[in-house]
Amino acid sequence: MPKRIVIIGGGAGGTITANLLARNLYRQLVSGHVVINMITDKAEHVYQPGFLYVVFDKVRPDEIVRKQKDLLDQHINLFVDPAVKIDKENKIVRTQSGKEFPYDYLVIATGSRIVPEDIPGLKEGGHWFYDMEGAKKLRQALKDFSGGRIAITVGVPHKCPVAPLEMTFMLYDYFKQKEMLDKVELFYTYPINRLHSLEPVANWAVPEFEKKGIKSETFFNMEEIDAEKKVVRSMEGSELNYDLLIAVPPHKGAPVVAESGLGKDGWIATDKKTLHNEGSDNVYVVGDTTNLPISKAGSTAHFESHIVAERLSSEITEGYSETLYDGKVICFVETSFDEATYIWFNYKTPPTPAPPSKMVHWMKLGYNRLYWLSAKGIL
Amino acid sequence: MSVAVDSTIDARGSACPGPTMELIKAMKSSAVGTVVEVLSSDKMTTVDGAAWLKKVGQELVETSDKGGYWSIIAKKIK
Repeated sequence: MPKRIVIIGGGAGGTITANLLARNLYRQLVSGHVVINMITDKAEHVYQPGFLYVVFDKVRPDEIVRKQKDLLDQHINLFVDPAVKIDKENKIVRTQSGKEFPYDYLVIATGSRIVPEDIPGLKEGGHWFYDMEGAKKLRQALKDFSGGRIAITVGVPHKCPVAPLEMTFMLYDYFKQKEMLDKVELFYTYPINRLHSLEPVANWAVPEFEKKGIKSETFFNMEEIDAEKKVVRSMEGSELNYDLLIAVPPHKGAPVVAESGLGKDGWIATDKKTLHNEGSDNVYVVGDTTNLPISKAGSTAHFESHIVAERLSSEITEGYSETLYDGKVICFVETSFDEATYIWFNYKTPPTPAPPSKMVHWMKLGYNRLYWLSAKGIL
Repeated sequence: MSVAVDSTIDARGSACPGPTMELIKAMKSSAVGTVVEVLSSDKMTTVDGAAWLKKVGQELVETSDKGGYWSIIAKKIK
């Protein structure tokens, strides 16, 4: 009887984990001692950080999409059939088509999704760039924008915490290139009492905002949008008028998680070091799906994937694993159309952003192309 | 002071999104009456968290120094 590994989710975390496992367990896969089944709800894989560039016509939408089957090692069985029930007691995953996938080891990488419907009025009155449709709509809205206030708002929780700042700085350059800065006011808001969660990033952003004339309000959490009057009301009691609203909608996890009783709002209780689902030594959680208080980002999923693949491979071949996750995250931060910085941090080391440079921006543009090698478990 | 806490978020070592954001997330997703505790390695979480709770009219139950880390407990009252 082969060891059966089931991976739910074909985003960055699930795909990298699957490909690393296929490489580590090549002999066992070929000999039939291990089987890897990936269950996902989408036949296409999207490089989500690319949405930011789609908005500004820096990449075409089809440049950030690949067929999922083309990214997977040939020894991985792919099923595009959404998981609808995770039955941990009987070690079975059930899918929408009625198939059952028994497992010895389970990796849950179901990710997160935007829920603009959780903020009354946001779907009617706001734009976002966290999915392809939203990015394309915002691209058009910016082309049509003749002037006025652009408000940037951030829901909680959300993934890619640097994206709102990147969007703001890139908007500045966009309108600078269009020679419209005298007609546009950028107004940035943030849920906590500084411009970004990371204090060094927030401290760096303050003079940048002053230099560029970007206005801001902190402790601002969207409560509702009046799409007709074009007003955002915050939980803190303030009102912000806008001509164009760009929001990062709040996020939730996949419905299958909550419906299987594995975690409120789709986030699964996860051990911060082993990445086990708490209380289950044969179930791992990767990426946005964890309830860990760290950034929901592709980078986090990437580094966690390496830990889970290493642990699972070692458990199967050696009977034990001692590899632990240290909370490592690395994020590029675009600070304009032609400069960027980056931050890295872990559970014990806070980030120290380097001064923005053209070189880091070029590295980011390079990584946008190299991502496909990461997804394949090569980079 | 001993308080019955419904859920504790261990945000020690969390640089991003950080403990204050974890407090906001927990308060937003909890039912009225829920008592939430956030643990943080950063003392400022007790100051920032308390300021936010006051701004949104939620109850700050207590903050405490746990010896090397800090705790903030809040109750969702509306």
